[in-house]
Amino acid sequence: MLSLIIFLPLLGAVALVVIPRLDGAAARWLWVVVAAADLALVTGLWLAYEPPGAGRLAFEERARWIPGVDSSYHVGVDGLSLPLMAMTAVIFLACAVFALRDQDRPRTRAALFLFLQSVSLGLFAAADLILFFLFFDLSIVGMYFVIAGWGHGDRGRSAMKFFLYTFLGSLSLLAGFIGLYVAAEPHTFDMVELAEQTPLDGSPTAGGLVLAAILLGLAVKTPTVPFHTWLPPAHTDAPAVGSAVLAGVLLKMGTYGFVRIAMPMLPEAWRAWAWVVLVVGIVSVVYGALVALAQTDLKRMIAYTSVNHMGYVVLAVGAAGILTEGTAQARSVAVTGAVTQMVSHGLITAALFLLVGVFWERAGTYDLGSYGGLAGPAPRLATLFALGAFASLGLPGLSGFIAEFQVFAGSIAVAPVTAIALVGLLLTAALFLRALQRLFSGPTDGASRGFGDLRPAELWSVAPLLALSLLIGVLPRPLLGVVEPAADLVVQLVGR
Amino acid sequence: MRPLLLLPEIVLFVGGLAVLLGGSFLPRTRQWVTRVIAGVASVVAAVLGAVAMSGTSTTAMEGTFIVDTTTGVARLVAALGALVVLALAADEIDASPRESEAYALLLFSTAGTLVLAGADDLLVVAVGFLLASVPLYGLIGITGTALGAEAAMKTYLLGALLGILLLAGITLLYGVAATTSYAELTDRLAEAPTGVVAAGLVGVLGGLMFKAGGVPGHFWVPDAAQGAGGAVAAFLTTVPKIGAVIAVYRLVSVLPGTLAWPALVAALAVASMTLGNLAAYGQTDPRRLLGWSTVSQVGYLLVPVAVAGRSDLALPSLLLYLAGYTVTNLAAFAVTTALPTGRELAAYRGMARSYPWLGAALAVALLGLLGTPPTVVFVGKLTITAAAWDAGYAWLGVLALLNTLVSLFYYLRWIAALYAHPTGQLPETRAPLSWSRTAALVTAALSVLLGIGAGPLWTILA
Repeated sequence: MLSLIIFLPLLGAVALVVIPRLDGAAARWLWVVVAAADLALVTGLWLAYEPPGAGRLAFEERARWIPGVDSSYHVGVDGLSLPLMAMTAVIFLACAVFALRDQDRPRTRAALFLFLQSVSLGLFAAADLILFFLFFDLSIVGMYFVIAGWGHGDRGRSAMKFFLYTFLGSLSLLAGFIGLYVAAEPHTFDMVELAEQTPLDGSPTAGGLVLAAILLGLAVKTPTVPFHTWLPPAHTDAPAVGSAVLAGVLLKMGTYGFVRIAMPMLPEAWRAWAWVVLVVGIVSVVYGALVALAQTDLKRMIAYTSVNHMGYVVLAVGAAGILTEGTAQARSVAVTGAVTQMVSHGLITAALFLLVGVFWERAGTYDLGSYGGLAGPAPRLATLFALGAFASLGLPGLSGFIAEFQVFAGSIAVAPVTAIALVGLLLTAALFLRALQRLFSGPTDGASRGFGDLRPAELWSVAPLLALSLLIGVLPRPLLGVVEPAADLVVQLVGR
Repeated sequence: MRPLLLLPEIVLFVGGLAVLLGGSFLPRTRQWVTRVIAGVASVVAAVLGAVAMSGTSTTAMEGTFIVDTTTGVARLVAALGALVVLALAADEIDASPRESEAYALLLFSTAGTLVLAGADDLLVVAVGFLLASVPLYGLIGITGTALGAEAAMKTYLLGALLGILLLAGITLLYGVAATTSYAELTDRLAEAPTGVVAAGLVGVLGGLMFKAGGVPGHFWVPDAAQGAGGAVAAFLTTVPKIGAVIAVYRLVSVLPGTLAWPALVAALAVASMTLGNLAAYGQTDPRRLLGWSTVSQVGYLLVPVAVAGRSDLALPSLLLYLAGYTVTNLAAFAVTTALPTGRELAAYRGMARSYPWLGAALAVALLGLLGTPPTVVFVGKLTITAAAWDAGYAWLGVLALLNTLVSLFYYLRWIAALYAHPTGQLPETRAPLSWSRTAALVTAALSVLLGIGAGPLWTILA
């Protein structure tokens, strides 16, 4: 079942490549159908899911791959990976629908995105470090081709920068993985076994170095300050669907690595260095928000808010490593908030990037100053964009609030200093309100004249994402019920 | 004696003789018959090599030649590699004046490589070295172009110099050990003066580094890759390395602990990978770029050699990397022979749009050489790094990973050109040549399949 979910999109991609004489429209619809089928399967998985308990995974599948280094094809889900897999399937379906009208080499693009979907789902389901690395690396390769092939502006350079930067991260990650492998007795790359063994506990230097290598890899992908510089150009020059997947799904691979790999496998080193993680998180929150505030380019602005939003996740997982008496409950809340934030940010930012793609498609510019009074000609766009902006700034009733509230409720109880990051909330509110005002209010002028409102494909791709954000905001229980037991476990593992 | 144990080598050599003689009696338009003979010889050698792998390890020729899994893998990879090269030659030198001679030299050189791979005696190393090298000089110059002649001359001079160094090294080792047989070398060298042993070792390693194309014997590689024909370039950057690297592995495995040879091999590894990567960075000729890239790959290949005997992963990871590298490198060269007019990276601009499958094969090959999963070179790189780390050489593993990052620059530059929008006037390109195209697709697919099927492969190697 799980392997089918992972590889169904890949099968679709292969079909797109090998079926002769497939025209553009058929290719685009095939993409939608495959993505929808995969989402249906993931929904089925969610309905059948039972929390697997400590040290176990649900829907586990395992096959030998490279027995010489004890690396296997080992997949499974738990409360950390299942929500992210569901989010991935939703975002890719939204992208498929959004691209229904796009005529630019639809067949290759559909195949590439289906490939990326398989890679992303595989990464979240992976329970073997080498399998994780395989998907991690392939996500870089896939996204490189998306940016270089379908982007705009200085896309070759941006794509190259993206590749170089994240490839550096992935190699650092690989070095860390090999360090874990060599330290484990018997040597293994299996995540479940490594989390059980915690092979580097008791050797602070080696543990610290391995953690540093893994953190560097994850920090580049997340990205946190100071490794975020690849993100703005990559986003600015990527196509709308590429940005949505990059921000919505690929960034989560970094933060997911914190809770899946770094915390359970290196608890001692994590506790020793939790303060550093925490500080990096706070700096990312504040710095990301400040730089976003200074942008005049709409897409760059949203790109920087990703740095800010991922900062909350980093801050929360950092706080979870600070063991003070009687805060186990609070740390668990922080980790739950972090995972919820991953899902929430994925949905919201994907919606925002798709909407920003509409701006580019209509007027060919992201410059905030070129627009004004758009609410008149494009009311549907204005409504959805406003909803996305409010969700992003953490308005109660939307998913961002649930996530950020838990992040702060947990973190401040553990480390009051994290209250500094509350400034980030204020700044994001300010920058989104300012953007809304500049884009939609005032006289209809400049690029806004003759601006067409959302077409059905655009509407039906973005609206479900925001509807889900609203649903999580109003009814968080189904999501939190899945996340909380897993978050408790992570906190227990770090506290060992 | 048991000469039958050397049947694969004999088949290749006799096949070469048959090609040479047969070629003189055939008109130029029917020289393809010799290609078929050469192909059959390669296939038979590969099959015989595979059959011999099922047996236990044994020695032939009074203990001077060892037939074990390692020899078996070398036979299989080298013979099949030669077969792919013959396919590339089918496009390139079909009905050319020196066709059958080229095939004969190819087979002789492959046989020499295998002698080198199985050598269990210093004198056999010398024989293998000469048998593998001398045909190469001819092969490089066979096109008769100015660049080819220059490359042949350079290769010859360097080969002669380092070959003499190899012989001198063997003489020194023989002088202090009073034997050339590996079986007795360990004990005898342990009692010998360390300085002399070290000098002898440096000489032998120098010669083998020439054959492998690693620092300090690498100077001929980029010139030969650029100046020789495409098929020959594909051959000389892959097949001779198999024998040379395995010979180094076997030699260092019998050295006594009194010598700090791991440090020397590790230094050569780091120098090769770093220099190859940095030099490849500025290249604009695709084959010259690949030539430098192979220098860096020798560096990675030497990593498990440096930890020989210290990690269980060393030998299997070396063999896996060798096989993976051979397949992947051949795929990249096959694309360059499929498009013989594209001798500039700029000529590849937008190539993937005109020929999507060939473009994909090249992208897979380049990403494979880089070490992207799930290609087989990735598994190789992973296991050699793990082997180095396991043996306490974590720094060597980390340097290999850092070098991978450096190599990304030039591989990606080529890939970027492949998928870029074609700008302005495209240089006139003919459709890809069919044999090379097929070879490129097959080897690129194999590079991925071997990576996915690395498990069963590993059980054979370990």
